[in-house]
Amino acid sequence: MSSSPDRPEANSEAQLDTFPKLLLNHARVRGDKIAMREKDLGIWQAWTWREVLDEVRAMACGLAALGFQRGDKLAIIGDNRPRLYMGMTAAQCLGGVPVPLYQDSVAQEMKFVLDNAEVHYAIVEDQEQVDKLLELREEDSSIRHILFGDPRGMRHYDFPFLSSIEKAQAAGREFDKANPGFFEQSANSVTGADIAIMLYTSGTTGNPKGVVLTNDNVVITARNGIIRENLTDQEEVLAYLPMAWVGDNLFSYAQSLVAGFTVNCPESGATVLTDLREIGPTYYFAPPRIYENMLTQVMIRMEDASRIKQRMFHYFMQHAQRVGTRILDKKPVKLSEKLIYKIGDFMVYGPLRNVLGMGRTRLAYTAGEAIGPEIFDFYRSLGINIKQLYGQTEGMVFVCVQPDGEVYADTVGTPAIDVEVKIDDSGEVLYRGPGVFHSYYKAPEETSKTKTEDGWVFTGDAGYFAENGHLKIIDRAKDVGKLTDGTMFAPKYIENKLKFFTFVKEVVAFGDQRDYTAIFVNIDLEAVGNWAERRNIAYSGYTDLAGQDDVYDLVQECVEKVNEDLSHDPRLGNSQIRRYLILHKELDADDGELTRTRKVRRNFIAERYGELMDALYSDKPECHVETQVKFEDGRTGMLAADVKIRDARQYTPVAKAS
Amino acid sequence: MYERTLGDVVLEVRNISLSFGAMRVLNDISFDVRQGEIRSIIGPNGAGKSSMLNVINGFYHPQEGTITYRGETRHEMKVHKAAEQGIARTFQNIALFKGMSTLDNIMTGRNLKIKSNILLQAIYWGKAQKEEIEHRKKVEEIIDFLEIQAIRKTPVGRLPYGMQKRVELGRALAAEPEILLLDEPMAGMNVEEKEDMSRFVLDINDEFGTTIILIEHDMGVVMDLSDRVVVLDYGLQLADGPPDEVRSNQAVIDAYLGVPH
Repeated sequence: MSSSPDRPEANSEAQLDTFPKLLLNHARVRGDKIAMREKDLGIWQAWTWREVLDEVRAMACGLAALGFQRGDKLAIIGDNRPRLYMGMTAAQCLGGVPVPLYQDSVAQEMKFVLDNAEVHYAIVEDQEQVDKLLELREEDSSIRHILFGDPRGMRHYDFPFLSSIEKAQAAGREFDKANPGFFEQSANSVTGADIAIMLYTSGTTGNPKGVVLTNDNVVITARNGIIRENLTDQEEVLAYLPMAWVGDNLFSYAQSLVAGFTVNCPESGATVLTDLREIGPTYYFAPPRIYENMLTQVMIRMEDASRIKQRMFHYFMQHAQRVGTRILDKKPVKLSEKLIYKIGDFMVYGPLRNVLGMGRTRLAYTAGEAIGPEIFDFYRSLGINIKQLYGQTEGMVFVCVQPDGEVYADTVGTPAIDVEVKIDDSGEVLYRGPGVFHSYYKAPEETSKTKTEDGWVFTGDAGYFAENGHLKIIDRAKDVGKLTDGTMFAPKYIENKLKFFTFVKEVVAFGDQRDYTAIFVNIDLEAVGNWAERRNIAYSGYTDLAGQDDVYDLVQECVEKVNEDLSHDPRLGNSQIRRYLILHKELDADDGELTRTRKVRRNFIAERYGELMDALYSDKPECHVETQVKFEDGRTGMLAADVKIRDARQYTPVAKAS
Repeated sequence: MYERTLGDVVLEVRNISLSFGAMRVLNDISFDVRQGEIRSIIGPNGAGKSSMLNVINGFYHPQEGTITYRGETRHEMKVHKAAEQGIARTFQNIALFKGMSTLDNIMTGRNLKIKSNILLQAIYWGKAQKEEIEHRKKVEEIIDFLEIQAIRKTPVGRLPYGMQKRVELGRALAAEPEILLLDEPMAGMNVEEKEDMSRFVLDINDEFGTTIILIEHDMGVVMDLSDRVVVLDYGLQLADGPPDEVRSNQAVIDAYLGVPH
C-alpha cells in the first residue's frame, strides 16, 4: 500500500475497503492502542491492535494449516469473546466467510444453518457448543474441524477433529514460518467485492435465510455511520448482544475495525450491567427491551430508597421531563429552568447515568422494535443522546437514522448517508444504498423477490413519511390486516402500545378477518412480582401470579388505556381490544413461540393455543389448557392451568380534530 | 467414552463405633475411599451419614475403630489436622458469613494457606500483598469455575439458597482439598439447580482430581455420580459397592421402602 506513515488515513481511506486491510492498517497506525478487552478472572485483559493482528494471523495460518480454503465458511458460536471476533477476521483474511450462529440455539436449530451454509470449520466458545456440534456430527460428518476457546470439561474428549484455539494458533505460527508472505498475500488479495460475512435472519416464518454481505456492503455502511455521527477511534463499546445479530456485527465488529475504537467483552451474560458500569461505553446500542429492563430496575430500586431520596428523585425527574429533552436538543430554555436542571444533574441525573453505565455515553442507538415514548424520553431527559435507527440485516442495518436535534419517539428519522428510501403504492417501505445485500445464500428466487434488479429492497414494513420528512413505521406490511367490519388492524402497533407498560412483557394481538381485536398478555414477572410483594399478594410462580384477579385488574387498566389511545386514531379507532387473557406461561423461544430475537410468532401461537383462541372469540369466562413445555436441557413437561378471559371497556372512536 | 480408573486407597475407616451416652449412632462401620473416587454415603434420615462425615473430619471422636489417612492410622481425627491435610467440607445447613461478600467468603477458605503474619496483612504490605494477590487469583479461578462472577461482590445473605450452596462449595474448594466432603449439596434444590450442582461435582472431580465423599438423598443423583456407595441404616452398615449392586441389594430396598415386621 502506498500510504505515507504520517497521514495514512487521509490517503488510504479508499483503499481500506476490506477487513483484512483495515486490521493491517490499525496494527501499523495505532498498534499500541487498545483494540479489545475482556474481563477474565475479575480483571480486564486487553489486546492492542498489534496483538490482535498477531492473534488473527496465527489463527488464520492455523486454519490454513487445517486445510481452510478461500471461500470456505467458518461457523462462529458462542458469547461475545475476543477470540471469536478474531476468528471472524482470521476467516476474512483467508478469503473465507464467517457465519456466526445464535449461541443459545439447540443443536437441531443449528443443523439447518450449518447444512445450508456448507460449513466445514467452526470456532466455538466452550464445551456447551462443542457438545452440540458433536451431536450433529454423529448424524453426518460435514464438520471437518472444531476449534474451542475454553477447554473446561473436555479433558477426556479425544477426537482428531477437535482442538483448542491455542493449539491451532501454535500450529499456525509454525505454518507462518514455513510459508513466509502467505498471510500478507492472502489478506491483501481479498477485495471489496468479496463476501465478508453471512448472517442468518431468524425468520418469523419458514427457515432462516443466509444474508450474504460483501466487504463493500459492510465497510462502506459502517464508515458512513461513523461519518454521520462523528465517531472516532476513542470510542468504547460493550459487545454483549448475540454475535449472530447484524447489529452486533456492525457496532462491535465492523465499526470498530473501520474507526479503530475499543470493543469490550463482558465477563459473562449475567455480569453485563456491572461490566457496563465499569467500562462506561461512549457509544452504545441496545434493543428497546434492554432500555426497558434497566428503567424497570431503577424504578424498583427507587421504591426501596428512603423517603427523602424518593422525593428528590421525583422532583428532579419531573423537572427533567419538562426541560431535559429540550436542553439536549439545544432548544431555548429559561435560565432558571436551566439552573434547576444543573442542580438536578449534580444530585440525580449524573449519579443515575453512572448507575446505568451511561455516564460517558455520547451516542446511544435503539433499534429492532418500537420503543415506548416514556422510556425514550426518560433517557433523553437525563441527557443521554439516545436515538432510534431503522434497519435490516439485508441493508447492513442503516436505512434511517434520527439526526441530532430532530429526535421523535414515533418516527425513525431520515435516510442514512447514500441511502434512498421510497414508499410504494401498497404502503410498503423500500430502500436502496451501499449496504444492500449481495443475495440470500443459495436462494436466487427469494433474492429476486426481495431485491429488484436496480437494487431496491422491499422491507416488508408498512410505513409513511411524516410531514417533517421522517419515516414512520406502523407494522409489518403482511401483518396489517382488516377486521370483518373493514377497519385496519395493525397488530404490532397495538402490541407495542401495550408493551410500553412496565407490567406487560409480551403481547400477541389477533383480529385479522375477525369481528374484533383480542389479545394474549404475558406479564413481566419481575415488575408484577414486586408489585404483588408490596401488596402482600402471595404467589408460587408465573402461572399462579398470572391467574390472580388482582393482576387481571392491573392489566385491565393498561388495556383500557390503550383502548382510549386507539380511539383517538382516525384509522385504528375501531380496532380497540374487546377481550383479553393473561397467558399461563411465559412465551419462550425454546417452545418456538418467539424467534431468537424475541419477536412473537403470531400464527404459531394462534395454532398452539387453539382452545384459548376459541375462548377469546366466544363469551366463555374461563378455559382449561394443557401445554407442553420444553426445558433448557431438551426434555419436555406438561403445564396445565385454567385461564380466565375478560372483557375490556371500549371507547367511542373520536375523529381527529382538524 | 473413557474408562474411569480409581487410584489407591487414600482414606480408610475400620470398625468405627460412635455413641452419645446410650445412643449408638454408628456401629462397626468400615469402608475405604480411593484416590479420585466419588464415594457416596446414603441412608434414611438418622442413619448416621452426617455423623460419619463428622468422624472423618475429626469433629466427632469415635469410641472404637481407626481412621487411616495418607498411610497414618489414628484412633481419631483432629479437626485442624483434617483441614491441614487437605480435607474440606460443606454443611447440610449452610454455614457462611452472611454479611460478607461471595468473594470474601471464598477467601476465608484460603485461610490455612496464608503464611504471612497478621500485621503485614493488616497493612497490605510486602510479602503479604504479594501473597494476597496470589490467593485472590485462586479465588477468582474458583469464581470462574463455579460461574458465579455476577455475585462476586454480593453479600451472601442476599443470595438465593441454591447460590449460597454454590458459594459454600467454593469456599471448600478454596482450600484446594484432597478430599472434599459434601453433606447434602443438593438438598432443597430444583431440578435445574441439581443438574448444575451435579455438573460441578463431576467437574471438580475431573478437573482437579479431587476425591469426593458425598451424602445425598436424591437417589438419581447418587446413582449417576457415584463410583461406589455405602448404605447406612440406624448406625449399621447395610451394603457397600457400585451403584448397580447397591440398587438391587434386598436389605437396602427394605430399609428404604420398609418391610412388614
